[in-house]
Amino acid sequence: MKKRVYLDYSATTPMKKEVLDEMLPFFNVQFGNPSSIHCFGRENKSAVDKARSTIAKTLNAGVDEIFFTGGGSEADNWGIKGVANALKDKGKHVITTKVEHHAVLHTCQYLEKDGFDVTYLDVDQYGMIKIDELKAAIRPDTILITIMFANNEIGTIQPIKEIGKIAKDYKITFHTDAVQAYGNVKIDVKDLGIDLMSLSAHKIYGPKGIGLLYIKKGTKIHPIIHGGAQERRRRAGTENVPAIVGFGKAAELAYENIDEHVNQLVTLRNRLINGLQEKIPYIHLNGHPTKRLPGNCNISIEFIEGEALLLMLDMVGIAGSSGSACTSGSLDPSHVLMAIGLTHEVAHGSLRLTIGDYTTEEDVDYVIEQLPPIVERLRQMSPLYEKVKGGR
Amino acid sequence: MYSEKVMDHFSNPRNVGEIENADAVGQVGNAKCGDIMKMYLKIEGDTIVDVKFKTFGCGSAIATSSMATEMIKGKTIKEALNLTNRAVAEALDGLPPVKMHCSVLAEQAVKAAIYNYAKEKGLHFEELEGFNPDEEHDHHDHGHDEEDH
Repeated sequence: MKKRVYLDYSATTPMKKEVLDEMLPFFNVQFGNPSSIHCFGRENKSAVDKARSTIAKTLNAGVDEIFFTGGGSEADNWGIKGVANALKDKGKHVITTKVEHHAVLHTCQYLEKDGFDVTYLDVDQYGMIKIDELKAAIRPDTILITIMFANNEIGTIQPIKEIGKIAKDYKITFHTDAVQAYGNVKIDVKDLGIDLMSLSAHKIYGPKGIGLLYIKKGTKIHPIIHGGAQERRRRAGTENVPAIVGFGKAAELAYENIDEHVNQLVTLRNRLINGLQEKIPYIHLNGHPTKRLPGNCNISIEFIEGEALLLMLDMVGIAGSSGSACTSGSLDPSHVLMAIGLTHEVAHGSLRLTIGDYTTEEDVDYVIEQLPPIVERLRQMSPLYEKVKGGR
Repeated sequence: MYSEKVMDHFSNPRNVGEIENADAVGQVGNAKCGDIMKMYLKIEGDTIVDVKFKTFGCGSAIATSSMATEMIKGKTIKEALNLTNRAVAEALDGLPPVKMHCSVLAEQAVKAAIYNYAKEKGLHFEELEGFNPDEEHDHHDHGHDEEDH
């Protein structure tokens, strides 16, 4: 078989065998509805509770503070709309950043149509918010601060503890989208001062279609999915038992050896970044040099376009992603790359390679070997390269 | 997503490069949108005897440039001016709807080169009436794919 190297772990991860094994009986053997009174129901109620408790422990949260959702996007929608609806009589101002995931950005834009005011904080060249600007943005009618834990494109990790402290000082609810951080960063919700947090299972080698919203006890929030009494009356709908069980197992595995996992990823990531920077001229690392997700490598490769690059990488079996317009699905290149101040043409030439638990040194070396000639080939075709190559 | 022909012209593009002392050079697109096409023509009499291109852009931008150069090589200027974006796209066995703008760009690049040539030589082609090489191309109709959640 042709060599295949998957370096898109930020998009999704393969499910671990242990996770799958744990889930399988719940599709057909142990299929009961957790709300049912009979033994079929009861045993699945306890399976859901067990997963909830496992996950709660990884966050230093209470079991009654974990609410399962249909994924990270639903959790973001719930966290933001739920607080907005609960507190709209108190105020209609929300603070977020320009680098959020679309699940947060588009939800905030939706609130704006509904009469809310939203402040989108700028970030610096590394994608980091400025604490002074956050403080300056707070108004008497600010009801919610929603700032991501770690960025999905460039991997930058925000100063969550400082943000949590400010939110607490001003008595403002603090939500964070930690979909990319979970499993890669140690998260103690109490220590960090987080009120609401969105997580997703499929980024940590669990199943797709399952996520959760952490809701700190006492946080005012309305449901957005109405119906039955599941999830302590806050999120209706029969529990996705196999997925919840899988999420629990994935969380357990993720935090069992997190230090080892992080060390392994950081070592491979640095090997990749250094190898590429050594071999390819005119490339830049996007995101913060050290305060970044362990597996994230995001580089801008000047004079070429990201989609063409991805296609050529795909031909040699390497799977990555890009922030170019042609792959972002909009007119402009990635809003994150624009927010950190890249020019359009440099943003179009971005390449994100994200490393995970199954990445090997051999994989990384394969990319370091394959990428430079592809870049050179595309640059030879590029009219933007003509101007610089004379001097080289 | 792409047809085999598109992938063929993308991975083995025809006529890549520059022509020294080209008789006509045209460049369209801008970095903002992520596509720039530059075309070089060698013209003898009213025939395009050679053509080369350079493109900064996605897979379909490179493939449409390649196909357009093949389609006008050896043709008369008039024939080249009658090249439509639709014909380029059809020759590639179609393009995804969000990529049709790339074929427009290829048509415009050919026209821009001939426009500059006509201007320099004081020639007039009725096919170029109303053509503005600096026009912003209204060519983006991307879908709305989301990822990462």
